[in-house]
Amino acid sequence: MSDAFQAQGLVKRFGKTVALDGIDLSVRTGEVHGFLGPNGAGKTTTIRVLLGLLRADAGTVRLLDGDPWRDITRLHKRLAYVPGDVSLWPRLSGGETIDLLGRLRGGLDPARKADLLDRFQLDPRKKGRAYSKGNRQKVALVAAFASDVELFILDEPTSGLDPLMSEVFSQCVSEVRAQGRTVLLASHILGEVEKLCDRVSIIRSGRIVETGSLSDLRHLTRTTIHARLGRPADGLGQLPGTHNVTVDGDRVTLQVDPDALPEVLRRLGEHEARELVSQPPTLEELFLRHYDVGPHHNSDEKVGAR
Amino acid sequence: MSELVGTWRLARLALRRDRIGLPVWVLLAISLAAGPAGSLADAYATAEKQREYAEGVGSNPAAAVFSGPSLGVEHLGGIVVKESAVWVLLLVAITSIMLVIRYTRTEEESGRAELVTAAAVGRHSRLAAALLVVGVADLLIGLGAAAGLMGAGLSGAGSLAYGLGVTMVGWVFAAVAAVTAQLVEAARTANGIALAVFGATFLLRGIADSASVANDGTGGVRLLAWASPTGWFYQLRPYAGERWWVLGLAVLTGAVLSGVAVALSQRRDIGAGLLAARLGPPDAKPGLATPLALAWRLQRSGLISWAAGVAVGGAVLGSLAHDITDMVGQNATAAKAIRQLGGADVLVDSYLVWVLRILGLAAAAYAVSAVLRLRSEESGLRAEPVLAAAVTRTRYALSHVLVAVFGVVVLLLTAGLVVGLVHGARSGDVGGELPRILGAALVQLPAALLPAALAAALFGLLPGATMVGWLFVGVILLIAQLGPVLELNQWVMDVSPFTHLPRLPGGDVTAMPLVWLGALALLLGAAGLATFRRRDLDTA
Repeated sequence: MSDAFQAQGLVKRFGKTVALDGIDLSVRTGEVHGFLGPNGAGKTTTIRVLLGLLRADAGTVRLLDGDPWRDITRLHKRLAYVPGDVSLWPRLSGGETIDLLGRLRGGLDPARKADLLDRFQLDPRKKGRAYSKGNRQKVALVAAFASDVELFILDEPTSGLDPLMSEVFSQCVSEVRAQGRTVLLASHILGEVEKLCDRVSIIRSGRIVETGSLSDLRHLTRTTIHARLGRPADGLGQLPGTHNVTVDGDRVTLQVDPDALPEVLRRLGEHEARELVSQPPTLEELFLRHYDVGPHHNSDEKVGAR
Repeated sequence: MSELVGTWRLARLALRRDRIGLPVWVLLAISLAAGPAGSLADAYATAEKQREYAEGVGSNPAAAVFSGPSLGVEHLGGIVVKESAVWVLLLVAITSIMLVIRYTRTEEESGRAELVTAAAVGRHSRLAAALLVVGVADLLIGLGAAAGLMGAGLSGAGSLAYGLGVTMVGWVFAAVAAVTAQLVEAARTANGIALAVFGATFLLRGIADSASVANDGTGGVRLLAWASPTGWFYQLRPYAGERWWVLGLAVLTGAVLSGVAVALSQRRDIGAGLLAARLGPPDAKPGLATPLALAWRLQRSGLISWAAGVAVGGAVLGSLAHDITDMVGQNATAAKAIRQLGGADVLVDSYLVWVLRILGLAAAAYAVSAVLRLRSEESGLRAEPVLAAAVTRTRYALSHVLVAVFGVVVLLLTAGLVVGLVHGARSGDVGGELPRILGAALVQLPAALLPAALAAALFGLLPGATMVGWLFVGVILLIAQLGPVLELNQWVMDVSPFTHLPRLPGGDVTAMPLVWLGALALLLGAAGLATFRRRDLDTA
């Protein structure tokens, strides 16, 4: 499978601040790739380097088989970008902005635009300054999804949308995935990434700390089990690979490493389990693990992760 | 008073935000007022010299359009008012307007006002804080100017009238801005309306004062000055028998306008304007598909306003040209003053050179604002989506530069056509005057482009310092107006690109300066484009 883009060892400094500290990131053609991290971790900076808006101090980037700093026109015709902070021209109407951005990319489908305006419930006649944050974001989203491109780069696209509109956004992402197009979705909303993404990369302090498919990553985390037992829960806490065991009468809650799961299930059976609820590991746990107990953790990151 | 809760805190916030800009502005205004007093005292030390001034610049109706009526110009105080006051008034009025808009409408437009209003802050506190900060700064300027003028040996009463006169003009226009801030949603438009009010009343005063000087202080037209706040400054008569009650007129006007602003603000929602925003088209016209089309769309309304301003200014100043010989008459000193400004042999031509120079400077100022649109688009994050589309850096920057060049050509053409037609019609020789005046206007193109080219170079190399482009325009204006009068060193005069232009109409045409000015502009512009292509986009 080929890569829509690939970055290796990206370093970007702003003065003394190191924003990117050796980013390795690759997104395969046709996948929806989640790019997770709190504010300030370097998501937007990475995207701006990919788009040729910032120049990396070190490292290499290949974007759609080109150099994003040199082949601007050729590459940018094939991608659509939704910035995290959408700023519109105050005197241009939303419809004008959508048409303009689409045409600057190399074309936009009017029927698709009309359909998206309808689904996002956006009035295209309002002037740019009259839109709320959510509506500004919708303008950028309609302009992106109405364009005929191979790659969508979306930087926290739902941060201003209400739940209904977030759902419309999810449908749009599913549609473009079904058409075999690639999506890079930067976000700090774990539920969204979990729902939409095939693979995930987690960024922390300018470094990618984890990359893989959701099922790969779940292997790294623990399943939570709640059970009601027929016999006292003695000895369960001593099993290797179990954590945070709490016993309350006949109820027991514990977390289990993937490798220890068969043994734990066998012992639960021996203890005459009457009820059993097992929760798959969530991305959130994985995320918090990286942000809470990492070797260099500091208070700034905690704020972002929680 | 609950409606004013938090005013003091908001005022301190404004002081914190502009802790450098505000003091610089105050000191600049004071030094513009008091600074020239010393050198003018040297230049016009004797009664003989002062009489010469009164008969020269003092009786020149053309100069009065800009510099005000000639009240008490047979003494040093009147000369100081005539030479320095207009600059202080321009600086104080325009800055007062822009600061009030900055603290009120800009805050609403950005959404920051919502944050503030949601806190324990009264309904009128933001407006009150804005007027408080600007009002106190205006007062400091006035008192500082008065102290400075007294320090230069001028009379106490006159100096105080001068200073407080400046303060009152600042107050009135701060209150005008407080009203326009309520009217429209866009800060740019609110600024534009308030500045247009200032420009219109300034022009009205110019016409009135010109008529006053031409008719030796008589005639009905001179009374139009009473309709203009900058006119009140001169009617306060610093150093010429002060009329203190004029101050009351200004304070009353400021208070009424502030009351209107408060009343208007109660009739609207935060963030909204009283004049409802109109809806736009749901689709873009087919042509809106390139960076150039976008740049033109963003800048065309600005260019139309500039062209209208140049046309009005050209018509007023151009219509005086035919009378200049009669007005000046046998007065050799006045003729000499005009010849100094224009530098041509024939008196009318000399005057026309000066008129076209002023309009050419307006074109240069426009070009700087057009090029710096690149900077405001970049820092407003609106360049980012365009550059993330299939648009190269060079093409993007070039689109705004092309609009600027086109705009300068349009403005110079407007200036040449209007002045040529008006003067031609009045002198009964359109066929003869129009071509030579049009040519004289257009010959300024390379000089008018140079400040914009500097701004473009800074945009690429030092994007944080693009304001230097405006500074250059200000220096050129000062050199053009004060240089010949103060008889500045030639090397100072040479800083202005306009100094190197042939004196047209009437003078000899030399191609060399045009070629090297053009080459320099081209070089600076190219440097800007080349460096912008290599630098990071400013996304902070």
